[in-house]
Amino acid sequence: MMDVLPYVVAAWIFLAGLYGIVTSRNLIHLVTCLAVVQSSTYLVLLSVGYKKGGEPPVFADRPPSPRAVDPVVQALTLTDVVVGTTVTAMLLAIAVQAHKRYGSLDPDEIRSLRG
Amino acid sequence: MPSLAPLTVVIPLLAAASLVGAVAIAPRLFIDTLSIAVAAAVAVLAASLLHASGSDTLVYWFGGWEPRDGVAIGVSFAIDPLGAGLATFIAVLFVVAFVFAYRYFRVVGPLFHVLMLVFLAGAMGFCLTGDLFNLFVFLELVSVSAYALTAYDIEEEGPLTGTLNFAVTNSVGAALVLIGIALLYARTGALNLAQIGDALAGRSPDGLVIGAFTFLTVGFFTKAAVVPFHFWLADAYSVAPTPVCLLLSAAMSELGLYAFARVYWTVFAGTLSGAEEAITLLLLAAGAVTAVVGAVMCFSQRHLKRMLAFATVSHVGLYLLGIALLDPEGLAGAAVYVIADGAVKASLFVGVGVIQHRYGTVDELALRGRGRDLRPTGVLITIGGLALASLPGFGPFLGKSIIEESASTAGHGWVAVVLVVCSALTGGAVLRSAARIFLGWGDPDEPPDDFSMPGKEVDPEEQYPHDRVPLPMTVAAVALLAGGLLIGLTPGLPADAIAAATRFTDRPAYVATVLHAHPAPVTAATFDGPAPRDWLFATLSTLGAIALAVRSLWRGRIRDTLRGPPGHMLRAALVALRALHSGHVGDYVTWVVVGTVIFGGIWAATLG
Repeated sequence: MMDVLPYVVAAWIFLAGLYGIVTSRNLIHLVTCLAVVQSSTYLVLLSVGYKKGGEPPVFADRPPSPRAVDPVVQALTLTDVVVGTTVTAMLLAIAVQAHKRYGSLDPDEIRSLRG
Repeated sequence: MPSLAPLTVVIPLLAAASLVGAVAIAPRLFIDTLSIAVAAAVAVLAASLLHASGSDTLVYWFGGWEPRDGVAIGVSFAIDPLGAGLATFIAVLFVVAFVFAYRYFRVVGPLFHVLMLVFLAGAMGFCLTGDLFNLFVFLELVSVSAYALTAYDIEEEGPLTGTLNFAVTNSVGAALVLIGIALLYARTGALNLAQIGDALAGRSPDGLVIGAFTFLTVGFFTKAAVVPFHFWLADAYSVAPTPVCLLLSAAMSELGLYAFARVYWTVFAGTLSGAEEAITLLLLAAGAVTAVVGAVMCFSQRHLKRMLAFATVSHVGLYLLGIALLDPEGLAGAAVYVIADGAVKASLFVGVGVIQHRYGTVDELALRGRGRDLRPTGVLITIGGLALASLPGFGPFLGKSIIEESASTAGHGWVAVVLVVCSALTGGAVLRSAARIFLGWGDPDEPPDDFSMPGKEVDPEEQYPHDRVPLPMTVAAVALLAGGLLIGLTPGLPADAIAAATRFTDRPAYVATVLHAHPAPVTAATFDGPAPRDWLFATLSTLGAIALAVRSLWRGRIRDTLRGPPGHMLRAALVALRALHSGHVGDYVTWVVVGTVIFGGIWAATLG
């Protein structure tokens, strides 16, 4: 049960973020929900590499431990955080611009493309 | 030779970084020259990789971390002709896009070039990499620079919503890809494509593998704009600056499909080999629906860029039909078609850019008859429209013929019908607008329907109309169109493409080359040339395009002439389809979820 729990939580976070995006009436809220969706992937990655009673994957200045958690997924998570932050920052800039232009952050009020 | 491969990524990144540093002092001419030179250098490098990979797959291990006892430790590039070919094509497109942008923007900050160069670096790494996580990172590098480029005219209203829809939908897709990668890593402990495939091969697929396959497929299809993940594409393309449209249309979707093909054949082909029939059927269905939806939407647009955007969606469906057959011939047909069709679509975008540059609008109805003094552009767009409609003998025709032959061998002869109908609709839409704009044909008082995007936007970079078409624009358009058409006349191209696709789809050989440094087996193939029926299909779709164009010009829009109960139903379906493209990002993400459930559900039921 405890093995599955992190994945259940990740799925919950993912779906909660999606629900937020789908129903959002505010661009800042929408962008934050996207960040929530992305953060579920961090949890999946870290759960994949975790071991019960694991130790930090530090191999210098100490004898290598067989219980060290997987360092690869941590590197992947870090890369993913960078990607996610880039997208979030850019979308927030767009939200600011939208507010300047329309005085509104409601995606329904600013949409100009359809059909 | 393989040791030069990383330069295709390093050179544009270094150039981008130094341009950022030189923002304040670099003159415009220097920035443009440097960008063109960098893109040209990368194109030459990629072309030499393409040449060198013809005899054997090139493998480059970063930092010299070569595999030990068949286990990959480091990160690699694994370069075969299909990947190198796509890289070469994209690099050449960048040269053209930079040449075009030189006169397109009167005032442009160097950040435009910086973003373009980052896009180029990402695309090169993406085509050459042999590592699943690097594939993801390069794809995100491409995507993020594409978001920023789409939003380049940030002061306008369109780019805000277009970019928002583009970035949010694609980021959700990227999260799905990453979850798929995490699941594969959990199962195999590997990120190297060959290594993952080797670990999975021969085992029957369980829920985790099917889940990973679903997430990766759906994520890549979101980038590729396969229905129902395609909604963002038209919004993004109709607002992006034209030089960016050219790249998005000819490179972005293709990268998504390339990623699917690469991951399917290196990772999943070994474990899902028993279920090829089921995979083919679902992919064929997705391809056909994408092709038809894109073509119908394309034909009902009056905003020229949006029209070409939906033509792109439709043709993504046609490429997918080739890939879906899961055999070397279908894949080779898709590859030839991607290059030829991509070049033609890019030249059409340049043509639309010329119209925009000259008249300050891209609205077909508003432009009626105004193009009479722009005859050369009219001729160019007409030829482009005919090429989209599969003008017999030329590039797109050749690609489609190979797909048709492969499909009929596999017993899916109906694929040819989809190809003919969708080619006729997309080509017909282009021909219709060319006739309306350059010859003044059609009803002068045609009322716009409720949905049509008027496309009245004034060129944001160029606030005034111009008298002359700048030479670089003409050169760019003619070069692209000629390339796309003449590639169909290259002798031996189909056979080479099939041989390359045979190596691309040979998973055990890929593993042996990447992990054990065995030379790739020599693959040779023959292609007898398009069969008589392919010439017939191409003639049908070309004539069909002309007929559709003429009919819609003189008899009113199709949906107004639909009569009787079946006509009403069709008309209602058309209105409903257009209403689905709501421009609301929440709706688009809902469709991504729906599509994920459909793909996952069907595959869980059929692959297990």
